[in-house]
Amino acid sequence: MRREAPPGRDPRAVIGAVLLSGVVLMTLLVPLLSTSDPAAQHDVVATRLLPPGSTDRFGAFHPLGTDRLGRDVWTRLAYGGRVSLAVGTLAVVLSVAIGVGVGAAAALARGRLSTLLLALTDFALAVPRVVLLLLLAALWAPSVTLVVLVLGVTGWMTIARLVYAESRSLVARPFAESALALGSGRGRLLVRHLLPNLLTPVVVAAALGVGNTILLEAGLSFLGLGVQPPAPSWGNMIAAGRDALMDAPWIAGAPGVALVLVVVGCTLLGDALQDRLGPARGD
Amino acid sequence: MLRPLVLRAAAGVAVVWGVVTLVFLLLHAAPGDPAALLVGSAATPAQIAEQRRTLGLDRPLPVQYTVWLGRFARGDWGTSIVTGRPVRAMLGDAWPATARLVLLSLLLSYALGIAVGVVQAGVGGTRLDTALSAASVTLFALPAYWLGLMLVMLFTYRLRLLPAFGAAGLDAEFLPGGARVADAIRHLALPLATLTIIGVGGVARFVRGAMLDLRGSLFLVTAEAKGLSARRVLIDHALRNALIPVITLLGLSLPAVFSGAVFVEAIFAWPGVGRVLVEAVQARDYPVVLAAAAVSAALVVTGNVLAEVLTGWADPRIRASHAT
Repeated sequence: MRREAPPGRDPRAVIGAVLLSGVVLMTLLVPLLSTSDPAAQHDVVATRLLPPGSTDRFGAFHPLGTDRLGRDVWTRLAYGGRVSLAVGTLAVVLSVAIGVGVGAAAALARGRLSTLLLALTDFALAVPRVVLLLLLAALWAPSVTLVVLVLGVTGWMTIARLVYAESRSLVARPFAESALALGSGRGRLLVRHLLPNLLTPVVVAAALGVGNTILLEAGLSFLGLGVQPPAPSWGNMIAAGRDALMDAPWIAGAPGVALVLVVVGCTLLGDALQDRLGPARGD
Repeated sequence: MLRPLVLRAAAGVAVVWGVVTLVFLLLHAAPGDPAALLVGSAATPAQIAEQRRTLGLDRPLPVQYTVWLGRFARGDWGTSIVTGRPVRAMLGDAWPATARLVLLSLLLSYALGIAVGVVQAGVGGTRLDTALSAASVTLFALPAYWLGLMLVMLFTYRLRLLPAFGAAGLDAEFLPGGARVADAIRHLALPLATLTIIGVGGVARFVRGAMLDLRGSLFLVTAEAKGLSARRVLIDHALRNALIPVITLLGLSLPAVFSGAVFVEAIFAWPGVGRVLVEAVQARDYPVVLAAAAVSAALVVTGNVLAEVLTGWADPRIRASHAT
């Protein structure tokens, strides 16, 4: 076992963790503390497009202002964040499952199956992801489940390549060889010996993938092909703020800043983890 | 030199064929009957059946596939349900705009990104390095659709400097030569800036990493030991070698750059393949969606082959290994 520096030493890990936990806490706590419904509209004329930090005539305080229907942007940001974070995380979990499966199968199988799986991975990597996303969203009715599935099945390739490369080098190592010599089957070798060693590089790739996936989800919702209004998501909030850029830049501004914070957090955490693995690793 | 290129091109054709096939299968797996969609909601069952026969939808799937693939390969891509224009003409008008936008932004973001990465590697570990790293992580995290809107808010609405929509003004055709070019550049500015700002962040991060990976290499120690200046070691030796993974990245990042272009085109009403695709998807205009997906795959694959050629140019060893 290699001793590693505690993660607290790396400022990137600290900043990344603070950013991510801050946003996660906001999405969890704000709905508990705030009484306003993210889709509720009161007196639209009196409460719409209030600037950040204002109090409306009913005494409700709006830290990030209101949108054109008088809904509280701060509350919607928190509810939308729940959707964005959940979709991003679930889709990456799906990608990791597919990627580990394909990568490990390609590494352990011999001959044609292995070649076929690798060719499939290369093919999927060459397809522009957004094109596939748009296509799938066009053919099926948009829903949160569809977005998770679509993002999951279009994002596994880098993980598969990583797992393939790592597994091939692990299988050649003495501990894998001795497991095989002791009569361990390939399935057992994979589960008991390879997967534990693959955990860290896969976690790094997943951390970097979550940020990217959240950006894509928001992009789909922005184009009207993801989470459907009135349910808030960061993407459809930006789309709704597009018409009010002049009068109320905070409507589109707030969810964009939240997106950047989450993605920067994921990248910093991923980078810090990657460096702990040693500079030569990673793809 | 030629043989690997032919192989690469063949692999590229295979990818485009794969995309076309995938799209065909998805279309058939999806709920909803294209025949019913084409004839409209007021059609009788008999009319729908007639339309199904006309489209060949009543024939077995393998037969449909062969016929469809044959038509597609011959360039018969059908007509748009929404505009009534031939799909081929729509995409023929659109692809140069996308290619122009993507190529210019790649050029700018690689030039700027490599410069930033080299500066960072040169001053490694100092405050400047940290500041530039923080900046590049943030730029890379910016969503294209959001950055585009923020730039529009600033430069179009607040400062009233630059136009936010289209590739040319309404009066562009009547402008004299010089003014027309200026008009085109002003329209290009915001979409190009959006894609480039994000790209610079990604490239700078990667170049810095690739240069730092070479730290302590024997050839760099040698270069230093024979008395070369720090700048020459950095540019002539470290950068030249770091360029190889960077060019490979160029090829691998093309799908992502194209994806960014899709959002940017949708925001700035840029008349390219991405905008055609988004509008067709939103209107469920299937013939256009199909062809636009194939054309974007073809653009990306062509770019990948070009990146392969560039790697050979940057690393004579790769050329040599192909020759033997």
